[in-house]
Amino acid sequence: MIYGVATLAGCYLLGKILGTALGMATGINSDIGGVGFGILLMILLTNSKKLKFTQKDGFKKSVTFWKTMYIPVVVAMAASQNVFSMMSGGLVAIVAGTAAVFFAFFLVFLLSRHEQKKEAMQKEKED
Amino acid sequence: MQELFSRIYDLLVDGGILVAVLVVCLVLWLSDLISTKVTKGRLHPSAIAIFFGLILAYIGGAVTGGSKGLSDISLFGGLGVMGGALLRDFTIIASAYGADLNEIKKSGMLGFASLFVGVFSSYLMGAIAAVAFGYTDAVSVTTIASGAVTFLVGPVTGAALGADSTVIALSITAGLIKTIFIMIFTPLIAKKIGLTTPKMAMVYGGLVGSTSGISAGLAATDPKLVPYGTMVATFYSGFGCLLCPSVLYFLTKWVCTLL
Repeated sequence: MIYGVATLAGCYLLGKILGTALGMATGINSDIGGVGFGILLMILLTNSKKLKFTQKDGFKKSVTFWKTMYIPVVVAMAASQNVFSMMSGGLVAIVAGTAAVFFAFFLVFLLSRHEQKKEAMQKEKED
Repeated sequence: MQELFSRIYDLLVDGGILVAVLVVCLVLWLSDLISTKVTKGRLHPSAIAIFFGLILAYIGGAVTGGSKGLSDISLFGGLGVMGGALLRDFTIIASAYGADLNEIKKSGMLGFASLFVGVFSSYLMGAIAAVAFGYTDAVSVTTIASGAVTFLVGPVTGAALGADSTVIALSITAGLIKTIFIMIFTPLIAKKIGLTTPKMAMVYGGLVGSTSGISAGLAATDPKLVPYGTMVATFYSGFGCLLCPSVLYFLTKWVCTLL
């Protein structure tokens, strides 16, 4: 069981170190993509066929426990945001945030339609 | 009697994180009930739970006037620990367990390209909004526009450029609005915008950004997609911190001289 938690901790810390080092190298002095590196490390480790311990039952159970704790943690995170000041904040901020997010949704929509068409064309070719 | 109550209260404050677990459990149980009974399973319970979380945060802010939602009330202080960056990132990494390396290879370049387009398009929308509301100095426009990228990039950029603190607050608010919209709307529009595969989740993380918004939104859509989208989204914030105070600031400065 401890192997699973320790692997998670290792990936977390190494990811943060990499992210911070990258931040210092680029002069931003904050963590750049630390969790991203952590996720990548975790995927690399658990996809490796050489590391047999990641397929053991105890490892699976402990990591799966933290995996299911994810949604409760997000709910706690939502409950500790500054929602009140956002509601009473400036209109410009509301417009800027709303415009940005809906434009991004629109881009995803366009791209997914493009992808679907491409896949359909590929299928036609195969037929 | 009063002493007993105050003793119990102290005990609960000391075990804050355990109180937080109980509160979250109650919220999730209620959300589960609403999801099956009211929406007939159409709305995922975690989406409802996150929405409840935000309402609780609003109440907390209204009662205390603080900036950390419900966790500003000392009895619920544990929520700040439970929902803090440490446990959030730890559980996100755990959620990567079972993710398929081949899926990432498949969309590597597309995910990377979406990062550029995503940061730039959000910045542009934020800049247009700032100018429309009468901001013409490059520093303010850049800061507000960076806030539209994420609520982290806004203050990082604003601090780097020496922006006014009200403008920085505005940029945080813009990013927060974005994050909250992503949390609420992702599960609702997921099918319409084709957000069903790991590949699209990565593109989504790159185009939309905001780690917390993406991770919560995808969790409510399909927990299997969380690691893919979140991984790209964390690089989105990094990219924003890199591009906004430099390239995008110079571009904005140039455009502002034309106004």
